Amino acid sequence: MGAVRIAKSDHDQIEYVIGSNGHSADALISILQDIQAELHYLPEEALRHVAKRLNLPLIQVYGVATFFKAFSLKPKGRHQCTVCMGTACHVRGAGRVLEELERKLNIKAGNTTDDMEYSLDTVNCVGACALGPMVIIDGEYLGIMNAAKVKNVLKAHGAKAARSGQRKG
Amino acid sequence: MKEVVVGLASCGIAAGGIQVYNKFSELLDAEKDETALKQTGCYGMCFREALVEIIEDSKRRTLYGQVTPERVERIVNEHLRGGKVIEEWIVKEEGQFLAKQKRIVLHNCGKIDPLDIGDYLASGGYQALKKVLSEMAPEQVIAEVARSGLRGRGGGGFPTGRKWESCRNAPSRNGTRYVICNADEGDPGAYMDRSLLEGNPHSVIEGMIIGAYAIGSSQGYVYVRHEYPLAVKNLGVALEQARARGLLGKNILGSNFSFDVKISRGGGAFICGESTALMASLEGKIGEPRPKHIHTTEKGFHGKPTNLNNVETWANVPLIINRGAAWFSSIGTERSKGTKIFSLVGKINNTGLVEVPMGITLREIIYEIGGGIPSGKKFKAVQTGGPSGGCIPERLIDLPVDFDRLTEVGSMMGSGGMIVMDEATCMVDIAKYFVKFLTEESCGKCVPCREGLDRMLDILTDIAGGRGREGDIELLEELGYAIRDTSLCALGGSAPNPVLSTINYFRDEYEAHINERRCPAGVCKELITFTIDKEKCNGCGLCAKNCPQQSITGKKKEAHVIDQTTCIKCGLCRDNCKFDAVVVS
Repeated sequence: MGAVRIAKSDHDQIEYVIGSNGHSADALISILQDIQAELHYLPEEALRHVAKRLNLPLIQVYGVATFFKAFSLKPKGRHQCTVCMGTACHVRGAGRVLEELERKLNIKAGNTTDDMEYSLDTVNCVGACALGPMVIIDGEYLGIMNAAKVKNVLKAHGAKAARSGQRKG
Repeated sequence: MKEVVVGLASCGIAAGGIQVYNKFSELLDAEKDETALKQTGCYGMCFREALVEIIEDSKRRTLYGQVTPERVERIVNEHLRGGKVIEEWIVKEEGQFLAKQKRIVLHNCGKIDPLDIGDYLASGGYQALKKVLSEMAPEQVIAEVARSGLRGRGGGGFPTGRKWESCRNAPSRNGTRYVICNADEGDPGAYMDRSLLEGNPHSVIEGMIIGAYAIGSSQGYVYVRHEYPLAVKNLGVALEQARARGLLGKNILGSNFSFDVKISRGGGAFICGESTALMASLEGKIGEPRPKHIHTTEKGFHGKPTNLNNVETWANVPLIINRGAAWFSSIGTERSKGTKIFSLVGKINNTGLVEVPMGITLREIIYEIGGGIPSGKKFKAVQTGGPSGGCIPERLIDLPVDFDRLTEVGSMMGSGGMIVMDEATCMVDIAKYFVKFLTEESCGKCVPCREGLDRMLDILTDIAGGRGREGDIELLEELGYAIRDTSLCALGGSAPNPVLSTINYFRDEYEAHINERRCPAGVCKELITFTIDKEKCNGCGLCAKNCPQQSITGKKKEAHVIDQTTCIKCGLCRDNCKFDAVVVS
């Protein structure tokens, strides 16, 4: 973990999250989820701060942060692309959709592109099995996918992101 | 007066339901059109989402399927304003899909607005709670649930009444007891809990309040997957509304019983569906299970007696109280009472959520409700019970479905995923898929599960990759029995099921991979080749244009050829070909 200092506003945000979850050790996972939702990852400083404020050993906070899939200790890209790998999606060819995304984005699942544009991840099941294979980009559900559709999906999403001004440069 | 009801559960939203809703909202004038626009949860007919129901004079109903914003305009003009039903968009499979079902738990899903407690109350909601608080002692509630024969719907099938009783009777120094709703629906391919929480959250909450009263608990938790954002949201709204009506909180409905519920979001770990791991995670710890020499009903969450039931189990409780244990136990088989919700997915025509009486046969579910296998392909197997379950072959298709019969054939009920597989599904690949899933999800605490599953995955990867050796099948079996018998928790204990059941029923496919280096279903990449059928190829060049390896060559309007030395078998050529000219062998 790098020793990146988090901004003051982020620090206040973390304080707020801990307070709104009642300063309770029981709420550790909820607190980390809320921080992850705000910052898109869990910086080292945030983990240390949470441990101190909840009076928990850092190892427990670090343990939880690395045990659960919902958390990332590495910064995430501006756009999140998630491929459902549930059984129903698998038997309909989700593996090949993922491989094509890996080729097109030039990263393996679980990683982020060098320009910090896209993070590519898998999820075990989003429960939309009837529409599998399923890909979710920035919260938008795209059903009945196949490898051939990937190119256009990324193109359309890139254009949309550019229009709404989300994309830098 | 007319009503337009749009299905806005996750499936509906994924199919564009929100855009459909917005389009209606834009076009309709509530007063001029005398039409109310409403939303509801999941109809179960996911294969025809987005679904829109038009109800006229509260009785005549029309269900339209695959509605898009473009189609909304015609529905508004022709049907709502012109009074003419658009026949070609009606969901024609509805009758066939519903005929053999018995929708009691799902009855209100797809009917009521989950964000409006008034809808649930109008359909008789919270009457069971009223009855319990005004006329029944806790012991009577437990006896009624025990008499109904209800068994846990999360997979284990433990008798619910007996669990409640042992939790109520377990000593607790300060009287604290907890009830938990397990909504960490981790089985890939199962989504009935998500649908219930999204479509009828109050039925689950009502069940929990009744359970808490029976057990003597004042604090409950719902542990729900964070991958289900809509379920978390709808449940949160429902809890607020229940509190505002005095159905949760202090002195519920004027009685001296107090109870409240908190939501806790899971962190994306399959193991947290296991009760002791779930409770560890609720305490803010790593989700590792512990041995269950002492049951969680005696020492669970924070060391206090804790009763954990699955979403579907809780939703059954109000029905049993309202309609009686005798009614409930009249449905189902001798040892499995009531109904079970299955998510019927995979290679099946009518994909969706189905609720059937226990004891119905697999054939009725797959061919009558599900409408059979698409594209004229042949049915091969059905997988039940998720990663802990097994594959049931075609020759057992007349098996009646209940807890015990599924276990007898080497599978299990699990939470109710039912994944249908056709001849193009490779059973070695399926076994490998589940074992890979389980190696990633194993918490790593005990050796048999952590190391044994890794080893099984190595062997399966070799077999699928054409590097299988004689004796591999026997080794897999030996490892499987050892892992099953020596793992700490149910995850490891049932983890070899997908492998053992596929070896049991599809040994010939394993042998073809090992002895002939051949994947009969044409799935395992290292054992197949992609070629172009010269007769069908018209040389459009789409495959060559999309090939990431530039492995395809050919002149315009002439048959193309794939260079086998550089082909990576990604399948893009087959996906792109409009003439079915790419052949896998």
